[in-house]
Amino acid sequence: MNIENPSVSQTINSVGSGLLKAGLTGTRLKDLVFAKVILFAAVAAISIIFLIFIYVGKEALPLFYDPEAKKEASLGNLFLRQSYGTPDMPLPYIWQPVSEVPKYSVAPLFLGTLKVTLIALLFAAPFSIAAAIYTAEFASPKTREFIKPLIELLAGIPSVVLGFLALIVLASWLQSVFNFDYRLNAVTAGLAMGLAIIPIVYTVSDDALTAVPRSYREASLALGVTPWRTAWSMVLPAATPGIFAALLLGFGRAMGETMIVLMSSGNAATTNFNFTESVRTISATIAAELGEVVFHSPHYHVLFFLGVILFVFTFLLNMVGEYTVARLKERLMGR
Amino acid sequence: MSWHKRSLMLGLGLALSLHAGPLHAQKAITLKGSDTMVILGQRWAEVYMKNNPGSRIQVTGGGSGTGIAALINGTTDIAESSRSMKDKEKESVKNKSGKEVAEIPVAVDGLAVYIHSSNPVKVLSIEQLKDIYIGKTTNWKQVGGNDARIITYGRENNSGTYAYFKEHVLANADFHPSVQTLPGTAAVTNAVAKDPKAIGYGGIAYAKGIHHAQVKKDAASPAVEPNMENVLSGAYPISRYLYWYTAGEPAGEVKKLVDWVLGADGQKLVESVGYYPLPKKTGTGKKK
Repeated sequence: MNIENPSVSQTINSVGSGLLKAGLTGTRLKDLVFAKVILFAAVAAISIIFLIFIYVGKEALPLFYDPEAKKEASLGNLFLRQSYGTPDMPLPYIWQPVSEVPKYSVAPLFLGTLKVTLIALLFAAPFSIAAAIYTAEFASPKTREFIKPLIELLAGIPSVVLGFLALIVLASWLQSVFNFDYRLNAVTAGLAMGLAIIPIVYTVSDDALTAVPRSYREASLALGVTPWRTAWSMVLPAATPGIFAALLLGFGRAMGETMIVLMSSGNAATTNFNFTESVRTISATIAAELGEVVFHSPHYHVLFFLGVILFVFTFLLNMVGEYTVARLKERLMGR
Repeated sequence: MSWHKRSLMLGLGLALSLHAGPLHAQKAITLKGSDTMVILGQRWAEVYMKNNPGSRIQVTGGGSGTGIAALINGTTDIAESSRSMKDKEKESVKNKSGKEVAEIPVAVDGLAVYIHSSNPVKVLSIEQLKDIYIGKTTNWKQVGGNDARIITYGRENNSGTYAYFKEHVLANADFHPSVQTLPGTAAVTNAVAKDPKAIGYGGIAYAKGIHHAQVKKDAASPAVEPNMENVLSGAYPISRYLYWYTAGEPAGEVKKLVDWVLGADGQKLVESVGYYPLPKKTGTGKKK
């Protein structure tokens, strides 16, 4: 609407013909209506996200003032070491909300989430970054046009399918190869989740690498440096912030991923750094327990509180990630 | 999937019965609660509505806790629960509605302990089960098996089965954090069937690759196989009632339904969905 061509408006003014004006107002009106509709859609999308955030926050809030919730699940209960278990077998962090004395330590859930996400990143990062270097630097345009959509297609696999695959196939295979005590564990869930985040890490890395100006490569090659050396020592360092952002976005995606971990992690709320044991993640806990929790009980509020934490984390990660990519592009384009 | 089919059928039945006898159309009786009992409740509702044109019954799941909460809030006529109601919950109902809660056992469910079929351990006592699940016993050697770590599987904490096992086998102690929780009995039997070191619990379900442990009440008692005969005679130590709860003694249409469910026709359906009918002696009355 704002890109009014001055010469056109001048012409309209000079002619001043009602007929011509009427014709233009017709198209202008259509433009105007269409723009408003699009604007409305955009605003609606943003406000829905905003409202969801407010709602989730509102349902978590009673944890801070409701006396019943505070008694059963104080912040100390949630985050600090507790004297659960027996003297000969102390268990300082227990997640067991359905119990005579409900126990809400979130430490096992955080640790579990971290363990699975870490495995997922360690698995996905080398694959996706290497693939991105290949398609951005070495592949012919034809190969690139073939590989890129194919990897991105991986994002279209429903996570329940990946979870099922991990539960039935991957878990048995890994157990027979590595002789894990636990069939369902952080490694199994992490590898399956790695598959889920490869597309996003790959796509963002590829974008970052292709954003590096041709002049960098030309200068390097002109100096007699091999293409491989150019990719490794010139292009990759220049795109590092973008690849970092890709990892952050992958991390955020992995944290929120639910179905895969729910099905293949074993869901035991353990507190240790052993990656071959079962884990319970924040997202899987919410998915498993929210369906049957008594509304407005302390347990219900704690689950929403976990939701807020998850929301804030993924939101921040995505924001930092997107911001880094945008900045990198600006810098490389010389703006 | 079958759930959808069922609700569809239920809806159809509902529509048909309404159509057939609009003169008798009444307010729907609502059943809400235990997911273990949803299928059972729906079977009862289907057959009852077919036999009593004009009657309407709505069955929803959500879990025993959800059903009890609904009874407290007065949003359901009958709460289905796979655990007995706590005194605190009964009190809440009384405070809200001014009526005593009526507890009606409607069926019996046995819990089995699953072990991989290659595992030489065939018998476990309640005490041993407890020690395994609270993490005191960690090796099969300690209960007469091979030298291998025990991998424990259980149910998610919103299931009535979880609550029952915790209360009656663990005597309210906490599960060890390493107990893996899976959704549904089928998931547990599948997991145990794939893992020679595994142990799990759930409804008496038969699956390839697992066997049911015989359970001893204590070290001195005889080992008992979980089957219908032993569950009904009370010899098998881990079995439970499935309950209906109403605020106040059931009356009117609800009473008609309750009487039918406890009668021969209703109890026959219990077996068809995999639970056990009430033993004859407690068949009609209420417990407590």
